[in-house]
Amino acid sequence: MPTYFTKDHEWIAVEGSTATVGITDYAQAQLGDVVFVEVPPAGTQVEKGKEAAVVESVKAASDVYAPVSGEVIEGNGALEADPALVNTSPEGEGWFFKLTLSNEGELAGLMDDAAYKAFVDGL
Amino acid sequence: MTEGAAIHVIGLTDGAAVALLMGTSMSEDTAPDIIETLPLDSWHRAQGARMVPFAGYHMPIQYEGIIAEHLWTRESAGLFDVSHMGQLFLSGDGLDGALEALLPADIESLTLGQMRYSLLLNEEGGILDDLMLTRWRDGIYMVVNGATKWDDIGHLHEHLPDAITLNHMDARALLALQGPKAFDALKRLVSGETPLEALVFMTGGRFQIDGVDAHISRSGYTGEDGFEISVDAGDVEAVANALLAQPEVKPIGLGARDSLRLEAGLPLYGHDLNEQIDPVSTDLKFAISKRRRGEGGFPGADKILGYLKHGAPAKRIGLSIEGRQPAREGALVYDGDAQVGTVTSGGFSPSLQAPIAMAIVSVGSAPLGRTLEIDVRGKRLAATVVPMPFVPHRYHRKGA
Repeated sequence: MPTYFTKDHEWIAVEGSTATVGITDYAQAQLGDVVFVEVPPAGTQVEKGKEAAVVESVKAASDVYAPVSGEVIEGNGALEADPALVNTSPEGEGWFFKLTLSNEGELAGLMDDAAYKAFVDGL
Repeated sequence: MTEGAAIHVIGLTDGAAVALLMGTSMSEDTAPDIIETLPLDSWHRAQGARMVPFAGYHMPIQYEGIIAEHLWTRESAGLFDVSHMGQLFLSGDGLDGALEALLPADIESLTLGQMRYSLLLNEEGGILDDLMLTRWRDGIYMVVNGATKWDDIGHLHEHLPDAITLNHMDARALLALQGPKAFDALKRLVSGETPLEALVFMTGGRFQIDGVDAHISRSGYTGEDGFEISVDAGDVEAVANALLAQPEVKPIGLGARDSLRLEAGLPLYGHDLNEQIDPVSTDLKFAISKRRRGEGGFPGADKILGYLKHGAPAKRIGLSIEGRQPAREGALVYDGDAQVGTVTSGGFSPSLQAPIAMAIVSVGSAPLGRTLEIDVRGKRLAATVVPMPFVPHRYHRKGA
């Protein structure tokens, strides 16, 4: 299951024509204690690079952008009760939403694991 | 600006949220272009701090995490470096009267070691800064906000008579030790003419910490019992190490300092207080001493005394917000369809596990229990006007 990354520190794990989206470990560490997450409900059309979810830590509110365009098939309901999952398991249980890709070609512009690691090391 | 760099990673949309943490440097426009280092800079880094620019200095925003640091301070003792704040010493003939011309405090009645909260006011009764005054043996010691200290010094130089000497004690550092176990931790290290027990809330005196000369007051900005400790910059690392060696003590960053003071209902200059708003509207009536209410003679007295008598058009209130989403500084407050005010400070309360905020609203919408709404990114959050502090103060008051 290939995973790609954006410069805005989202990850997207692709499986066929569907994918799971979350924020990276680097992002959660920068945000600090996450206290609130708002994920898009199923049926929401998201557009690559546009706001798709909101994450708030004690210190700041941030948008999470859609890494690719598509239709949301599930938001992670567990984050409502336990937003700290984003801190403890950003690339596992702390996922934000799943979607059906509308244009798989958009994946081409994203970073792979090695490229993202190099990107973060350069920050 | 690079202030928000550390938290801009996902594309921060709410500039006010950054300003909340980053202090008044953004709104006051007085921050120097060059970010300076404080005496404990390398000490903070060695403790694992994440440093951010704040009020013109590199300062620790957090060490292990804001919530953990916040809760540690509420249950044990937290050590804060607040050396960015301005420490001033004023002396000279006629000092009390000269200061009373600039502030609404009763300074004449301030006895040795007594401390008082006050406000520098402009002619319109607007707040130039909030500060602490303490009577020392040969003058008045004043602690002002870091981001406003240069403006304050300019204002004092301009308005105080030549007979008054103003000394900016810029070779001093300032630490705060806050929390229910702060006394136990500090007591082990302190000696002096009087025991540490002699200090009650809002008093100060001279002591030695591990042999280092220090001015210690029983005061702070968290709502907890605690102390503020002024020492020579050259001694501060030794003092910080001695304090940190106590089992009750952990270092605490600016992030938790902000969430602690918000829970305590304490306003932050540049956010809840500014030049456009007066002490009555910001619910700081207690800062206008009784004698001064009768006599006036401070800047903006006509307006402020009129507000005291007839009421001010606005009031700083506490809001308890439904759900979990915080409302940040700048969010608009509605009473039905009418916009009645603005959130001036807001965040998630680690102690209450719920979002809380301060807002300044029209007085008609300020009564306790009133249900208001806050617009957060186009969504209306229900909020109730509640008494402040949100978390009870636990000061060590006289006779307690």
